[in-house]
Amino acid sequence: MLAWTIYISFLGAGAMLLLPKRSAAPARILALLTAIAGFAIGLSAFLHHRTGEMLTVTDVPWIPSLGIHYHLAADGISLCLILLTGIVAITGILFSWNIDDRTNEFFAFYLLLIGAVYGVFLSYDLFLLFVFYEIVIIPKYFLIAIWGSTRREYGAMKLALYSFIGSAMVLVGLIAAYVVAGAQSMSLGDLAGYPFSPHFQMLAFPLVFVGFAILAGLWPFHTWAPTGHVAAPTAASMLLAGVVMKLGAYGCLRVAMTLFPLGLDPWPHHILGLGSWRDVFAVLAVIGIVYGALVALVQKDFKFVIGYSSVSHMGFILLGLMTLNQLGLSGAVIQMFSHGILAGLLFAVVGRMVYARTHTRELARLGPMNLNQAIPFAAVAFVLAGMASMGLPGFSGFVAELMIVLGAWHAFPALAVCVGFGILLGVIYVWRAMQKAFFADSRKAIAPSDHPLPPITIPEKLGALILIATSIFIGIYPQVLLHLIIPALNSPLFDGLHKGSWQ
Amino acid sequence: MLTLLTLLPIAGALLVLALGKNLARVTALVFSFASLALTLILWFRFDPTSGGLQFQEIHPWIALSSLNVDYHLGIDGLGLLMLLLAAIVVPIGMAASSEIQQRVPLYYALILLFQTCLVGTFTAQNFFHFFLFWELSLIPAFFLIKLWGGRNATSAATQFLVYTMVGSVAMLLTFLAIFLTVHTFDFATLAALAQQNQLMTAVVGNLAWHGIPPHHVALILFAGAFLGFAVKVPLFPFHTWLPAAYTEAPTGTTILLTGAMSKMGIYGFLRILLPIFFPQMQQVLTPLLWLAVATIVFSAYAAYAQKDLKRIFAYSSINHLGYCLLAIFAIAKFTGADANLTAEKYAAMNGVFLQAFNHGLTAATVFWFIALLEKRSNGARGLNDFGGLRKVAPVFAGLMGIALFSSLGLPGLNGFIGEVLIFKGSFPLISWATSISVLGLLMTALFVLTVIQRVFSGPLREKWAAFPDLTPGERLALAPAIALMFALGLYPQLILGAVNSTAIQMVQQLKLVF
Amino acid sequence: MNAINYSQLLELALPEVIVVATALVAMAIDLLALRKSAIQTRFRTATTLASVGCIGAIVSTLHTPAADNILNGVLIASPITHLVQIALLALTICTLLLAANSTFTEHVGEFILLLLMATAGMMFLVGSQDLLVIFISLELLSLSLYILAAFNKRSLQSWEAALKYFLFGGMSAAFLLFGFSLLYGLSNSTSLTDIAASIHGSSLNPLLVIAIVTSTIGLGFKVAAAPFHFWAPDVYQGAPAPSAAFIASGSKVASFFIFFQLMALGFAGAEGNAAFPHIIRGWVPVLALVAALSMVLGNLVAIRQTGLRRLIAYSAIAHAGYMLLAIAAHTQQSLAALLYYVITYALTTIGAFAVISVVEDQAGSDRFSNFDGLSRRAPILSFCLAIFILSLAGIPPLAGFFGKFFLFVTALEGTKSLLWLVVLAIAMSAVSLYYYLKVLKRVYVAPPPADAPAITPPALTQLVAILLAASVILLGCAPNLLLHWIQTAITASGL
Repeated sequence: MLAWTIYISFLGAGAMLLLPKRSAAPARILALLTAIAGFAIGLSAFLHHRTGEMLTVTDVPWIPSLGIHYHLAADGISLCLILLTGIVAITGILFSWNIDDRTNEFFAFYLLLIGAVYGVFLSYDLFLLFVFYEIVIIPKYFLIAIWGSTRREYGAMKLALYSFIGSAMVLVGLIAAYVVAGAQSMSLGDLAGYPFSPHFQMLAFPLVFVGFAILAGLWPFHTWAPTGHVAAPTAASMLLAGVVMKLGAYGCLRVAMTLFPLGLDPWPHHILGLGSWRDVFAVLAVIGIVYGALVALVQKDFKFVIGYSSVSHMGFILLGLMTLNQLGLSGAVIQMFSHGILAGLLFAVVGRMVYARTHTRELARLGPMNLNQAIPFAAVAFVLAGMASMGLPGFSGFVAELMIVLGAWHAFPALAVCVGFGILLGVIYVWRAMQKAFFADSRKAIAPSDHPLPPITIPEKLGALILIATSIFIGIYPQVLLHLIIPALNSPLFDGLHKGSWQ
Repeated sequence: MLTLLTLLPIAGALLVLALGKNLARVTALVFSFASLALTLILWFRFDPTSGGLQFQEIHPWIALSSLNVDYHLGIDGLGLLMLLLAAIVVPIGMAASSEIQQRVPLYYALILLFQTCLVGTFTAQNFFHFFLFWELSLIPAFFLIKLWGGRNATSAATQFLVYTMVGSVAMLLTFLAIFLTVHTFDFATLAALAQQNQLMTAVVGNLAWHGIPPHHVALILFAGAFLGFAVKVPLFPFHTWLPAAYTEAPTGTTILLTGAMSKMGIYGFLRILLPIFFPQMQQVLTPLLWLAVATIVFSAYAAYAQKDLKRIFAYSSINHLGYCLLAIFAIAKFTGADANLTAEKYAAMNGVFLQAFNHGLTAATVFWFIALLEKRSNGARGLNDFGGLRKVAPVFAGLMGIALFSSLGLPGLNGFIGEVLIFKGSFPLISWATSISVLGLLMTALFVLTVIQRVFSGPLREKWAAFPDLTPGERLALAPAIALMFALGLYPQLILGAVNSTAIQMVQQLKLVF
Repeated sequence: MNAINYSQLLELALPEVIVVATALVAMAIDLLALRKSAIQTRFRTATTLASVGCIGAIVSTLHTPAADNILNGVLIASPITHLVQIALLALTICTLLLAANSTFTEHVGEFILLLLMATAGMMFLVGSQDLLVIFISLELLSLSLYILAAFNKRSLQSWEAALKYFLFGGMSAAFLLFGFSLLYGLSNSTSLTDIAASIHGSSLNPLLVIAIVTSTIGLGFKVAAAPFHFWAPDVYQGAPAPSAAFIASGSKVASFFIFFQLMALGFAGAEGNAAFPHIIRGWVPVLALVAALSMVLGNLVAIRQTGLRRLIAYSAIAHAGYMLLAIAAHTQQSLAALLYYVITYALTTIGAFAVISVVEDQAGSDRFSNFDGLSRRAPILSFCLAIFILSLAGIPPLAGFFGKFFLFVTALEGTKSLLWLVVLAIAMSAVSLYYYLKVLKRVYVAPPPADAPAITPPALTQLVAILLAASVILLGCAPNLLLHWIQTAITASGL
């Protein structure tokens, strides 16, 4: 049944193209219904999941001579991320209600992207995972290049090329692993159980990890992210920063760390104070956290602030993965979910609520517009999203960051301190952006101008409420996700990791 | 019951936002009275003979093997008292906010949100829950000051935010360090461990920072938690944010800040700092006492020097809560098994409870009067702007005088009893500090009388000739507060009866093992 | 020497005979009966006839005995040769359908004749393991292709292209023949298996080295591998669309197959090893080098192109590089990978040329500016073009992706792992995405120019494009359809 999340999205995309060209409204409604259907399926699977098991959805031989199966399966982690995809998909469509140029093509690309993302999260065969992972690249490109804003063609191309280079690295690693394991099977379970030589794992792990991590915005390969997300139209930014970047992190966890756990082992000797790939990536992750925050602090463009904050938050996820303890890893998965929601909300406010109305994103020019009086809903939404993003308790970000920091403290105490610094910077840059954009001049009353800003529409309000409510719900009751994530981390897939450097 | 009390104001906030400008104030007041009613029910169902937690609610919340946090609410006498105070102060704050005309629904929604945070803080039994609401309260407070405040509202609000954030972060770090060792956030468990003198040794043993001796590490951790609460009360020298914030905030908000928010700090000292960190407090007792004395004396002198009525009473707030801190530090002092001194400690603890409550009530009422004054004077609230108002508004002068005298500590009014108990209890324990603090009492008398003289006595100015007296509606609204001041002044047993057991139990738990 | 059994020969060669006969009949009908008709009618009739003939040849191939060998390799039949021949015939049919709406020449009959002659040449080429027959078939194919390239007499570019093609081709044929003569000298036989037996085990003879190098030059020219690629851009640019499509598709399939046969069968024993750093001298390192050069040069120069034909030409050079990887790996699986790749590549290329021919006819040229906003002017055609381009780029779930994947897997198997070459190939694929996306950017993103002529693709061309796109998608999603057939054929042929 879960496989229908993929098929419905693809069917929706196809049906979208058959709609007559001038029909914006039917396109929107069809897209929304498709997304809701996909979400409903994902939600019912989530609620019915018996914890700890890997639920096999489909397993048919595809290319028998190569041992490739069309094998879809889901465990707790996949289900959490599928849920995230569903929510972001629905809200993304709600925030795109105003698109009226080539609407059906827009939603066709959008649904194609959603379907492929569902596919990645559900794939259990690595060939299939890679197929879906690559399919994601093309709709991304077109969504940005056609409907984007600042430097959209450059941003789209950069994003596509970086993603493709990352997946090229992954392909090399996957093919190497497949061949070394005897070219019998591409199943995740089989390859994870195969005893690759430590030397091989020590080389394959960084290759595959970096390949996936490029999409996850690992410093210093992150430069595509701010450019691309700023260039993208709102729904695309929401999806890209919210979900697609998580594909990279998911790949790191699901593929790199399960297939090559010995790659995380300590090296025979230290280089520059680092003793293993684990140290290297942890340090890069923390640099990403702090660097992203510092750069966000000095941006003049509102959307760039959010773009860099995404890089910073993804650093948390990568750090959590490198802690190799239950607390840090589950914190990383929660952060995947939390940041997915919050990035969606932040981009929605900046892109759809503010930019689409004011046609400027420069903080200096937004200030005098007295936005907290003109569009108070947007101000409140941004305040809540900003608070959540900076890790205020009561929202999902706090739980995630707390778990990651605690996990990091067990593993890398010195780095945990730097992370604390990063969190502090997070507070500052959110505050700065909020102040400058919405509350710069709260004394000045709005003069009745000839261009009053259009009010916030119902779809926007609905989308924002869904996202805020989700973040608060997870912040108050994270157990709803944790009770699926923890057993998944104890599944046989992660055995190699448990026997290796796990703590 | 406690969960209901926590959620009720937030439900009210959402309703207020939905109903729009015209119904906002009424709806908000209705919800605040509902909370008050609920709190009174709790009060009357409370068992005064037991000093422990009542109305407890325990459910599993986050169940990770390495992060196990329960949803644990409960109140003892102290918690109940604070809840009652909050329930009284919030309606007063709302009543004093009649001048707010812009974005009215948002204003009242933020106040109700703030009330939820207060309830959450006072009922929390583990640090996770506590910190959640502690931090959350910053949002409504910040926006209440900034959006409806005076000319320098933004900088005042930002300064308030930065100070409080820094303190909160320090507090969080300390508790994270503790958590990493003992794997619990639960207050009772932590206090029990501290009583057996096991807490800090375990934590310090686990942290092992190079080169720093263990008891210094313990002091650093104490400093973290201390900072968080010291900023909130506030304690000299972390008080510099307060005058600006209280002055710039709209007066209705100032009532909330002085009446309830500062009590969060006192509550934190009593609930968290004292039970868990008292060995460290003993080690640095003398510096702490100096700080408390400085708080009391300097703020009183500063109040005397002010020319803005709100600023005067802002400093006065610092001063009054300084007495609470003085008593708390006195209680922390090592007295061995001396039964007499222990009895003094009971008195001091009761004094702290009373002073906190009474100051909350009194300060809220005083600021309410200032709000009414501002309303009539078109915003003017300088000390020297008025004069001779007694002649044209005798009821106003009379009732405000009562409130001011209560602030001064006149016997017969509620302000007296708290201060008496504090001084009585503290003097045998820390005579020198208590003696110096008497200066504070003197200065308080001085500036309060100055206010009364400058505002109500003296020649009447031309422009105040038409100064309206209190309307019947206002008199009706103020009556309960004034009545309560008299009632508590004449019969403090109303409160003491409920909280005494808790006070005694809290002191007894401080088994002092050095 | 055995007596030649002519009936057996005819039975084996029946498909080719049918093709040649069709060619003659088509030309005859065109010259005799249709001289006065319109060019369109003449083209349509001729292509229909030719297609029918090819279908007949396909049917005949399916009925030919599955394993036979005449004169020690002069003409062989095995499941795999049948498969390749059927593929060639199918590609020819597609090219014919593409040519059905052409108007670029009045010499319709000759055109069809040459096309089918080239097809016959290809069929003989893949069905032989004898040096002389290989050379003759190759020449038949090449000479036909030279003329086909020149067929648009109104275009100077066509003339120039054909001339370059002919000169280069002639030179490389000379190289090839020289190498073959050396091989004969070394082994006293023209049969590939005999040659392999006689050079087996001996150390690398200088004559053998020369033979390897010249064979590489000769066949490298045919497949447009660098540094023997100089004819390709001009020919792709100048030749009329059906000719270019044919050159880019069918002749590639045949050439690669025979390249593999020649190297793996003929030079078996002199492979050497290109697994870095244990390089052993042989033809594998040579091919590896040529492959690397092709990949790099093809992809890098393609970035600078401003017209779709030349872009496809340079990308063809790059794809030739990838396919040489399969030959360098010389295993059963890599042959399967090679065939899968080259067949799907050929389908894709014909489809691309179909779209190019429409745009050229109605907008003037193949420059990128003519493709601006094509998705709004001709949505179905653009969608097909997008499928073809994305398949060339290697984006799943299209056939090009699986082809690359399988190819890389086979190149890494065994002890002769060509890891460095695979890494280079994957890296260059990443580069290629850039210029492929540029094309799609024009089609989908750029706004159509205000004065753009409307594009109404002819029904048949659109149908061909749709069918080809559908087959690319199908073969990408269910590669086993083709792969299973190829793999069973290879195992049954005992290669």
